Amino acid sequence: METKRAVVSVVGKDQIGIISHVTSVLANNKVNILDISQTILQDFFTMMMIVDVTNISSLEDLQAQLDEVGKKLALTIHVQMEEIFRSMHRI
Amino acid sequence: MDITLNEMLETIRMVQMENLDIRTVTMGISLKDCADADFNKMKDRIYGKITHYAGQLKSVAEQVEKEYGIPIINKRISVTPIAEILGDRSVSEAVEIAKTLDRAAKDLDVDFLGGFSALVHKGMTKADATLIEAIPEALTVTDRVCSSVSIGNTKAGINMDAVRKMGEIIKEAAEKTKEQNGIACAKLVVFCNPVEDNPFMAGAFHGAGEGEVVLNVGVSGPGVVLNALKRHPDADLGEVSEVIKKTAFKITRAGELIGRVVAKRLGVPFGIMDLSLAPTNAMNDSVAEILEEMGLERVGTHGTIAALALMNDAVKKGGAMASSYVGGLSGAFIPVSEDNGMIRGVQEGALTLSKLEAMTCVCSVGLDMIAVTGDASAETLSAIIADEAAIGMINKKTTAVRIIPVPGKKAGEMVEFGGLLGRAPIMEVNQYNSVKFIQRGGRIPAPIQALSN
Repeated sequence: METKRAVVSVVGKDQIGIISHVTSVLANNKVNILDISQTILQDFFTMMMIVDVTNISSLEDLQAQLDEVGKKLALTIHVQMEEIFRSMHRI
Repeated sequence: MDITLNEMLETIRMVQMENLDIRTVTMGISLKDCADADFNKMKDRIYGKITHYAGQLKSVAEQVEKEYGIPIINKRISVTPIAEILGDRSVSEAVEIAKTLDRAAKDLDVDFLGGFSALVHKGMTKADATLIEAIPEALTVTDRVCSSVSIGNTKAGINMDAVRKMGEIIKEAAEKTKEQNGIACAKLVVFCNPVEDNPFMAGAFHGAGEGEVVLNVGVSGPGVVLNALKRHPDADLGEVSEVIKKTAFKITRAGELIGRVVAKRLGVPFGIMDLSLAPTNAMNDSVAEILEEMGLERVGTHGTIAALALMNDAVKKGGAMASSYVGGLSGAFIPVSEDNGMIRGVQEGALTLSKLEAMTCVCSVGLDMIAVTGDASAETLSAIIADEAAIGMINKKTTAVRIIPVPGKKAGEMVEFGGLLGRAPIMEVNQYNSVKFIQRGGRIPAPIQALSN
């Protein structure tokens, strides 16, 4: 079966426990993290994860759970299929 | 190669802060097999076919939008020009068909349905005449139906009898909807050289050369281009072109991907990608502001056409590289009422009707969403259409007129059309008439450009 990959992006004020909160949602949904990178951009914490969502039936559901974390920590969290980035930035 | 952090951030920034969106996914549906001697059966067939093919359009588009994180603003439908299936129906029956289309659009919750149209660039059949006669009433009693009429093209010339007629139709449509500032006219486009696969409203229809069903996509993104330029305040114009080209490439790639995914899930063929920059009234989502960012104090001043030509060309070059099937109108739109920068240009006296006409020589599509004084005569409106059509005919490009002579309004007043259609300052038309010229009628012969074989 073809693997489906998505990008999880987290942007917001830096604080303790961001990665732990986000990754536990992913772990609970049995989503494997393939790559992770983070940086601080003009005081904003920015994290990108490439994750394997082959076994996720509803990305919407995952997004909803991440939205809850986002709300609690005042972060913007998005999960998007990786293809969109690939098609915009690679020929 | 894996996507870098910066590239991811760029995409996210474009969507969240710069209004990158897919303006429309438009499903084209052929109604050719819906004609029937029994009128009720014909209406049922039309309704049945549209709702069958487009039943999942909205839900699938919304699902894809969520998965890929790129908003799809409008879900729309275009159909076979109704005049082609009208046969010997009456004007009131034509209006009934418009109501059927409106009902289908509302039941499917799509925002516009285009194709209450006739192609009369060379001559007018009885069915064409019936449909055109029905336009004012049809656009008054429906909310989501859009209409277009082709009155000229490079190969046929300009049908000036039809041009004269359309001036009268626009006046009548404005009068019938005077309580809402003549809104019927905002849903009516008069074309020269229309394209058959345009996904944008109000001029979309599913042309004679198209298949049973197809999905076309229109991207947008003036905001993204504007912000890209803001990051290069001192670039020379060659570099400006390069920045716009690169940005258009990325926007188009996103649009094409989304279009293909939606088409695949709906099980219909992907048609074309239309690379137009279409402004909205959202903050900074303006074509005029891009021109001003290039260094014009106000849109409409000297240099506007050069800036617009540069921008339009760069958008096309970037887009053409990014998509395998480019079609539709593919250029920058300059609708006045839907672009805050254009509105400001008019209000501050920088942008005039004449300048807008000249601008349409170098971009798509034409005089779009222009509100003029209510006392503009039918002949004057016809003459405005004739001028635009001549620009299109000679330059082998699409031009169009979507003009609203707002009843009872004077130059300088503002009118609200609401929603996507925006708001427009009333502009003045030339005080001298063109009555004799329009009354002559006949056909302006096809230009020498037509003799290309």
